[in-house]
Amino acid sequence: MSAANKRVRIRLTINGASRELEIEPRRLLVELLREDLDLTGTHIGCDTTYCGACTVLLNGRNVKSCTVFAVQADGGEITTVEGLEKDGKLDAVQEAFAECHGLQCGYCTPGFLMSTRALLSRVAHPTDAQIRKGIAGNTCRCTGYQNIFKAVRAAAGGAGK
Amino acid sequence: MLGELGEEAKVLAGGQSLIPLMKLRLARPSALVDLNHIPRTAYIEPHNGQIRIGAMTRHADIEDSPAAARIPILHDCAAGIADAQVRNMGTIGGSVAEADPHGDWAPVLMALGAEVECIGPGGARTVPVSQFIKDAFTTTLGPAELVREIRVPSAGARSAGAYIAFKRCAPVYPTDSAAVEVRMLDDDFCEDAAVVLGSVGLTPVVVAEAASALRGQAITPHAIRRAAEAAMSAAEPQADLRGSVEYKRLLVGVLTERALLAALARARGEHVEVTHEYVGR
Repeated sequence: MSAANKRVRIRLTINGASRELEIEPRRLLVELLREDLDLTGTHIGCDTTYCGACTVLLNGRNVKSCTVFAVQADGGEITTVEGLEKDGKLDAVQEAFAECHGLQCGYCTPGFLMSTRALLSRVAHPTDAQIRKGIAGNTCRCTGYQNIFKAVRAAAGGAGK
Repeated sequence: MLGELGEEAKVLAGGQSLIPLMKLRLARPSALVDLNHIPRTAYIEPHNGQIRIGAMTRHADIEDSPAAARIPILHDCAAGIADAQVRNMGTIGGSVAEADPHGDWAPVLMALGAEVECIGPGGARTVPVSQFIKDAFTTTLGPAELVREIRVPSAGARSAGAYIAFKRCAPVYPTDSAAVEVRMLDDDFCEDAAVVLGSVGLTPVVVAEAASALRGQAITPHAIRRAAEAAMSAAEPQADLRGSVEYKRLLVGVLTERALLAALARARGEHVEVTHEYVGR
């Protein structure tokens, strides 16, 4: 089928920069980010919509970029972990994860940072239950989640430590 | 367009089930038709006493909607499907059209007596969700038809429902789920009831005997127990990684009883929060 190979043109705003891209319609958003744009901070973990390592923001909402075709995001705004830092200054979420040691090997961290950013943009001062729910789509195999939880709480301005 | 592409083509809604299935080669569509950029397909609107939900409405938008605040069973369901990322992409129309036996929306919509509006080359037709779903992953949708809208009848003042799904962790499908809807005459007397189970059959299981244990009765602990036992009998669970047949049957009883108690409390005007349950919630 020629339709599968025909490249399509999409427009995305990625970390604030508008990009026009020509891609295969089958291209997954995570592949576009990592392979075409070299934004390798977004990781591929399970590749089965489970682990959340590939989480990015699409129009401010966290999504699993391994489970979104790039064409589905056409016209949208993408924020990856590379886009959190502004003018050489880390985002409050990044600061809190560093401060609370909310990571060990770091593989899942970009996904947790993006889910936390999405949660705090939606609910500035989440309850403990809202925090647990907000990061339930991200899996960490090192930390046991306690420090991640503290980091989210700290990023929300609560007492994280 | 779907008619031209033939029966092997599929439509892409949120993609949260279809894309994983394609990766596993369990689905190999010859073509995908992306619905994501069609205007006016995502909305939640009151209309002639109904709530009309556009097929491309994301679970997260239903969770936060005034409609879900008024009809809490919609919130129970929407707020707990998979995880935040999946709720941000996944759609109610996609969930209903996929007819996965472990899907969350179908049992809830059947308990509510909701309808699906389908459109195709032959025009529009409306069909109750209970008739729309024929078998596991099988609906009455024709190859060139789409789900356009879900229509939820408005609930009376003393009507209330509740949905509880149990799952092992957030991103996975439920082990079992129970959707309950009751219409009360007063605090005690039940005019009508519906109990629908998810994940324990090829389609959602409507437990007629549970409904008749409640309908036209003063609701006593005994009546609740009878309804839960009827649900356990009606369930046809299969043993898998999620648990044995016996375990799933017991779970059906627990979930039905808890959903029923929540629905009854809500019908009395109490605020009760229930949703999907999992370890670490």
